[in-house]
Amino acid sequence: MSGVLIVGATSAIAEQVARRYAARGARLALWGRDAARLAAIAADLGVRGAAAVEQAVVDLEADDLPARLAALAARCEGLELVLVAHGNLPDQAACEADFGAVRAAFAVNALSAMAVAEAAATCLAQQGHGTLAVISSVAGDRGRASNYVYGAAKGALTRYLQGLRNRLAAAGVHVLTIKPGFVDTPMTAHLPKGALWATPERVADDIVRAIERRREVLYTPWFWRWVMAVLCAIPEGLFKRTRL
Amino acid sequence: MSYHSWGRVCPPAAHGVRLVARDRPLPAVGQPWLARGNGRSYADSGLEPAGCMLDCRGLDRFIAFDAERGILRCEAGVLLDDVLQVIVPRGWFLPVTPGTRYVTVGGAIANDVHGKNHHRAGTFGRHLRAFELLRSDGSRLTCGPAENPGWFAATIGGLGLTGLVSWAELALRRIDSRGIDATCTRFETLDEFLAIADGAVARHEYTVAWLDASPRRRVRVRGHFTWGDHVADGAGLAARRRRAGPAVPFAPPWSLVTPLTTRVFNTLYFHRQRKPVSQRRVDYEPFFYPLDGVREWNRLYGRPGFAQYQCVVPRVAAADALPALLGRLGAAGAGSFLAVLKTFGDTASPGLLSFPRAGVTLAVDIPWRGEDTQRLFAALDAITLAAGGTVYAAKNGSASAACFRASTPALERFRGFVDPACSSAFWRAVEAAA
Repeated sequence: MSGVLIVGATSAIAEQVARRYAARGARLALWGRDAARLAAIAADLGVRGAAAVEQAVVDLEADDLPARLAALAARCEGLELVLVAHGNLPDQAACEADFGAVRAAFAVNALSAMAVAEAAATCLAQQGHGTLAVISSVAGDRGRASNYVYGAAKGALTRYLQGLRNRLAAAGVHVLTIKPGFVDTPMTAHLPKGALWATPERVADDIVRAIERRREVLYTPWFWRWVMAVLCAIPEGLFKRTRL
Repeated sequence: MSYHSWGRVCPPAAHGVRLVARDRPLPAVGQPWLARGNGRSYADSGLEPAGCMLDCRGLDRFIAFDAERGILRCEAGVLLDDVLQVIVPRGWFLPVTPGTRYVTVGGAIANDVHGKNHHRAGTFGRHLRAFELLRSDGSRLTCGPAENPGWFAATIGGLGLTGLVSWAELALRRIDSRGIDATCTRFETLDEFLAIADGAVARHEYTVAWLDASPRRRVRVRGHFTWGDHVADGAGLAARRRRAGPAVPFAPPWSLVTPLTTRVFNTLYFHRQRKPVSQRRVDYEPFFYPLDGVREWNRLYGRPGFAQYQCVVPRVAAADALPALLGRLGAAGAGSFLAVLKTFGDTASPGLLSFPRAGVTLAVDIPWRGEDTQRLFAALDAITLAAGGTVYAAKNGSASAACFRASTPALERFRGFVDPACSSAFWRAVEAAA
C-alpha cells in the first residue's frame, strides 16, 4: 500500500480516519502543529498496525508545500490519499467585533486548506491516481447569522474543491468534499449536544467508505444531505427572518 | 452531556471535562472530581454528581506493544475491545477479562476486575507491570509492584479515589487461536455445582455457571456450568468480520424484565441444555462476552433501571449463605435473567479494596423497585456479612455502603491514599455509613 498523508492529524476526525488506515497496514504521514501530540498519535498508529508512520510539524502558510509533498510521495512510492482535516471554529461574535478574527478564520479554514489541496492536486495529478479528501462543512452550504464567518470560509473551500475536481478528473484523481454536520470533538466541546450530534468514529467510517466508493461529496451523517437540501430550498426573503 | 451509571438508577453526573492528552496537567475544575471510563459500573461507584467527571475516553492511544514478550502499554481510556483487536491477531490475549469488553483499561484497574479464570490468574491488577497516577497536587507517580508499591496497591481496586491513571502497562497471555473449547453441563443442586466446580478448576482455565434465579417459593439451585480452554492447535487468529449487533433503541417506560418473563426465559434456557454434557468450539467473543452482542441491553429494564447484587462468601459458609441469599431474592419476587455463580481461587488480590477473595461469588441482576430493592439489598447484605463475605462496589454501589465498610478491613489504610480532590457518590456513602 502506498502512502496516506493526513494534514491536521491531531484533529479528532482525522485521528479516527488514520486508525482505520493503520489497521489495514497503510504507510502514514502525519502533519500538524503540536509535536508532542503528533508523536503520541504516531506511536498509537504503529501499534494499531501501520506499516510505517512519520510525523512532521508543518507550517501550511510556508511556500515549501509542493516540495514537501513531492518528497513525501517519493519516499512512499506514491500517495494513495491526502486527507486535509485541519480547521477551527471561530467565535462569530468576536469576528463581528474585530475583522482581524475574520481574516484569521479564513487563513485557517479556507486559505491554508486550499494551499495544501492545491499542492496535493499537482502532486496527485503527476502520478495520475489517488484521492484528495478535504473536510469542509455543512455550514458552507448556506450563510446564517449564527456562524457565517466559518460558513463563508468553508463555502469558499467547497467551491475551490469543485474546481479542483473538475480540473483533476481527466488526470484520474478523485476529489472528495466531506461535509460533516455536528461532530462531538474537542473543537465543539463547549457547545451543548443534542440528537443531531455524531461521533468522530461514525464520521470516520463514512469518510473511509466514501473514499473507497469514489464519492464526490459526502454529507456525514447521511441525513445532513436532506437537512441542507431543505435549508437551501427556503427562499432568501423567508430565510433572512429565521434564527437557525 | 450527562454521565449515567450502567444500571441507570443513580442520579447522573451533569458535568464533565474530556481529557485528550496524557502528558498535560489535570484541568483545574475547582470542585471534587472523579475519573470516568466507559461507564460500565452498575451503580454510583463511578459517579460524582456533586462534582466533575474527568472523562478519559479521549485518552485512547496505544503507546507501545512488544509482540515478542506480550507487553502492552496504552493510555487508560483504551477499551479492552480495542486492546483485543490489536493483540489477538498477533497471538496474545488479555490475562484477565471481565464479562464485557466495553470497559476501559483504567476502569479495569480501578475496579480490579476478575474473570472466569480467577482460580488461575487472579485479578486484572496482578498482571499490571506499571501505571502512571496523576494527583490533584500536580504530581505524577509511576507505580508498579516495586515502585511506589503503596500507591500501586491503593489504586488497584481503588475506585478512582487515589487520582487519575493516565497510562498502564500490562503483561498479556499467549494464545494460538481465537477459539475456545467450551463444555457445558447441568447442575441441579448446590452440592452438584460445588463438586463440578472443584473438578473443573483443577483442569480448566475458565469456569463459570449460569444460575436459574427465577422467583419461586422453594429455593432451587440449578443451572449450567461451563468450562473452557483456549484452543491450542495454532490456527485461526485472523479477525472475524464483525457486524454491529442489534441495539435496544430506547428505555421503555416499564421494565421488560418481570417475574413472568424471567421465569419463562430461565425455564426455556435451562432446558436448552438437553444432553448431560455438551462440547463445542466457539470464538472467544461469544464465550466471554455474550451480553456485548446486544448493545445498550441495560435499557431492557426500562426507565426505572436495574441493580446488580454481587457478593462473595467463604466456601465453608456457602452451603448456608447461598440458599439464604437465593431464598431472600425469591421471596422478594426479584427474579433475574442473569445470575452468575463462580468460585474464586485463593490467589490474593493486589489491591487494598479489591473485591475477589477465596470463596463462592453470586451476581444477580435485579429490576429496580425503589425502596423495596433497597430493603432487599439490606437483607442480602446481612446474610453476606454474617457469612463473613463482602460485596462488590462496582455492582452494588452505595446500596451496600455499610456492608462494604464493615467487610473491608483495609479501608483505614486506604484512606491515607485518597486524593483530597477525588470523590464519588459511593465513597461519600461509605464515609457516612455507621
